Amino acid sequence: MTLGPADYLIWSIGFLAEVYVVVCSVYRKSFLRYLPLNFYMACDALVTFGLYYSLHTYGYNSPAYSYIYYYSDSLLMVLMFWVIIKFYLQVFDEMGVSGYIRGAAVLLLVFTALFSYGVVHEHRSNLTGRFVVQLGQNLYFIGVILTYLLWGAILKLRETRARLTQLVLALGIYFSATAGAYALRNLFPGLQASVLRWVPPIVGVWLPIAWAYTFTKVSERARLVPAQLAVRAR
Amino acid sequence: MIAALIYVVSVAVFLQFFVYYCRSILAASRKVELSTRVREVTGIVNEDVAAEDFGRLLQLVRLCPERGDDQTEIRAVGAYYTLLNILRRVSSPVIPGVAAWAQQERRSCSHFAAVALDRRISYSRDLFTQQVADRL
Repeated sequence: MTLGPADYLIWSIGFLAEVYVVVCSVYRKSFLRYLPLNFYMACDALVTFGLYYSLHTYGYNSPAYSYIYYYSDSLLMVLMFWVIIKFYLQVFDEMGVSGYIRGAAVLLLVFTALFSYGVVHEHRSNLTGRFVVQLGQNLYFIGVILTYLLWGAILKLRETRARLTQLVLALGIYFSATAGAYALRNLFPGLQASVLRWVPPIVGVWLPIAWAYTFTKVSERARLVPAQLAVRAR
Repeated sequence: MIAALIYVVSVAVFLQFFVYYCRSILAASRKVELSTRVREVTGIVNEDVAAEDFGRLLQLVRLCPERGDDQTEIRAVGAYYTLLNILRRVSSPVIPGVAAWAQQERRSCSHFAAVALDRRISYSRDLFTQQVADRL
């Protein structure tokens, strides 16, 4: 399989949006406030560039490209947990429970690492294909649960910071769409060649674009009542 | 079995987050009053913008020069409007309450499009004024 112009277009948009988020964050003096997010975006941009380089060096169907793709994806996922934990810290800021959140985060990371190690150890003779998809599906699903719990906390604690709310909602869309795509790929591997080939790249572009939009349009001082966003029958 | 469960939960969560996200974009425009200029251009006379006007307003938005910072929200709200159309058609014979809610949301989408048009018209005017000033 070879890549077409659409693949390169999605790739370029994603790369530019990732760089834009970091630059915009620096420009608006929010870099340190959203340090994990910016670090993640910078690493994501580096990975995008690295993947492009490895694609041209080793080729799309080479094992080297596959390893770089899936290992960088797992590493980015760990960084993403750091982003979520930072959001938790911001939401629970005034409750003085940052110590508990940090403890829970360390436990979660240790558990995820041990679980991944266990799964890798069990499947060490077959570390490609179906196994990788299954691992990705599980990791992204943990992201879905964490983001959903975070959103629940935002609603419960009546968090009003519009920027934080939009960043979390965009993250929720990203995680749920990716986890769903991985699960569907697990259920119907045949779909990968057609529809599902496009879902992860498009969703991957969604996150930097949505975050870029939030940093550009929503100021740090903007307020929103998340409870009013809840759907109610009239 | 686990994959099927993850898929179902992910789709449900995705729809929920998507609706919340679009409503957070609409919430900002809901407070904005439409100018007389945009009312003249579009022929909107009532206080509320009609739900069915969304497509027409979006066409007018596309005729104006792009501001470059509103494309993402316009696309997201466009997708939300399509989703609401489907929901309204499916639910109107079965659950009228949901159809009424979808109709209300569609009106919010139209109001959002009118606000976007208003901003683009202002932007076009600014551009024109700047060009005239540059020539002088």
